Amino acid sequence: MLDIPASPHNDIGAAPPPITVKDLVKSYGPVTAVAGIGFTIASGSRTALLGGNGAGKTTTIAMLLGLILPTSGKISIFGEDMTRHRYRVLHRMNFVSPYVNLPMRLTVRQNLETFASLYGVARPSERVADLAHELRLDEFLDRPAGSLSAGQKTRVALAKALINAPELLLLDEPTASLDPDTADWVRAKLRDYQAARGATLLLASHNMFEVERMAERVIMLEKGRIVEDGAPAELLSRYGRENLEDVFLDIVRGRQHAMTRDEPGGKELQGAGHAP
Amino acid sequence: MLHDARLEVHGAGAAWRRIWAMVRRYGYLILGSLPRMVELMYWPLVQMLLWGFLQTHLAATTSLYEQAAGILIGSVLLWDILLRSQFGFSLSFLEEMWSRNLSNILMSPLRPGEYILSLMTISLIRLFIALVPVILLANLFFGFNLFSLGIALGAFFANLVFAGWTIGLIANGVVIRYGLGAESFTWVAVFLLLPICCVYYPLATLPGWLQPIAQALPPTHVFEGMRALVLEKQFRPDLMLVAFGLNIAYFAAAYALFHIFLWQARVKGGLMQLGE
Repeated sequence: MLDIPASPHNDIGAAPPPITVKDLVKSYGPVTAVAGIGFTIASGSRTALLGGNGAGKTTTIAMLLGLILPTSGKISIFGEDMTRHRYRVLHRMNFVSPYVNLPMRLTVRQNLETFASLYGVARPSERVADLAHELRLDEFLDRPAGSLSAGQKTRVALAKALINAPELLLLDEPTASLDPDTADWVRAKLRDYQAARGATLLLASHNMFEVERMAERVIMLEKGRIVEDGAPAELLSRYGRENLEDVFLDIVRGRQHAMTRDEPGGKELQGAGHAP
Repeated sequence: MLHDARLEVHGAGAAWRRIWAMVRRYGYLILGSLPRMVELMYWPLVQMLLWGFLQTHLAATTSLYEQAAGILIGSVLLWDILLRSQFGFSLSFLEEMWSRNLSNILMSPLRPGEYILSLMTISLIRLFIALVPVILLANLFFGFNLFSLGIALGAFFANLVFAGWTIGLIANGVVIRYGLGAESFTWVAVFLLLPICCVYYPLATLPGWLQPIAQALPPTHVFEGMRALVLEKQFRPDLMLVAFGLNIAYFAAAYALFHIFLWQARVKGGLMQLGE
């Protein structure tokens, strides 16, 4: 287990950090999805949970949302224990994923006004109008959500996630299956939102391109464990690579990182995995 | 503005707003679809016509039914109150499953108790839409006025609806725990009561060993009460009180069971996989 202490990314101020995870384990019988991870996410930061399929990203996000209970360990969101007091903080956070739908027969407006009321937005209609304008939803606001294109659905899902102007926004592969233009637009909107709100973003992804553009800190997961943690530039330097994809491949294929090559007898990257 | 939403999240007012948001969400689905409205009335209407004609035939051929005009049609209308209250409660919940929206709901500040209250409310609305026209038509076609039961009808109605919600709550919990593979339980659970709770015949008809089981079911006391009213012109408040007491006990147990199922689903990770 690589337990990441507070260090440069953590809040030092009086307010508790948006996310504190300690010794988090999630097992399903003999299968361990998350194997004792720990990290703290600083307020106003953009962090990516990066890993391959089955690395434990989505399970970790689901535990942060309170949808899955940990086997052991502790999750605090804004200082509140998520297992016991999640309703104290749920209105301060939100989530977006292409794998979670909105009711398809309801119009976009009806969907968004429902979630605005659930999250306690004081004036739902005004909030929906503002979001519709900002996210270019006006033209299909009164159409059923099920009749929209994938790109339009993603914009609606983003509007749902921003309905309460969350201080903490969790994203699970937010641009999966989008064309490059729409994906870039979504990333830009998320960055704008984060900068303007000072919100904290935690992004689960295996899209290296996205992570390089979105995240200022990367936590790499492999088989439910944290195997790396640092700024993208730090990781590139540490592994002697030019992009995160190569770093990722080095890690999942079991190669040792670049500093090994400077050690005696360490000319080649040693790996148990496949050749590139 | 993307980053500016004023929230009102605390206190009873906020809770009622969340409940109302869910009721409105289900209301959109019903009122936005004429086929759904017609479907709500279809089976109660068919049942009423079937049993109404049978009643008419029996009244002409047997002295018992001649003396107790409306007993069969009264039974079928009361049975439909039980059936439709459970279906209304469960169907609204299944809408979330079918649209893969349940995880969105469960990660919002809406609490389980508030969600259950919203399902009860929409169940009542669906019940009124389904049964009021049918009750009026029963009077028109067969001269049976359910409202002539007066205050007794209120007691019958409350007990049957309460029982329907209890069954619906257990069925919803089973689906949360075991996924849509257990959906059929929602549609068949209530029919187990049909032969046991003496809808169309007196309790004495059942074999001795089954009678205590029947008496442990709240609807049995309602149907016995209905027969006492129609056949003996006697309202039996004692039966209604027994039914009410049983209903409270069973509903409390169902509420606890629902929470256990929800907790188990969070342990098993099922809430992230619920869907079509």
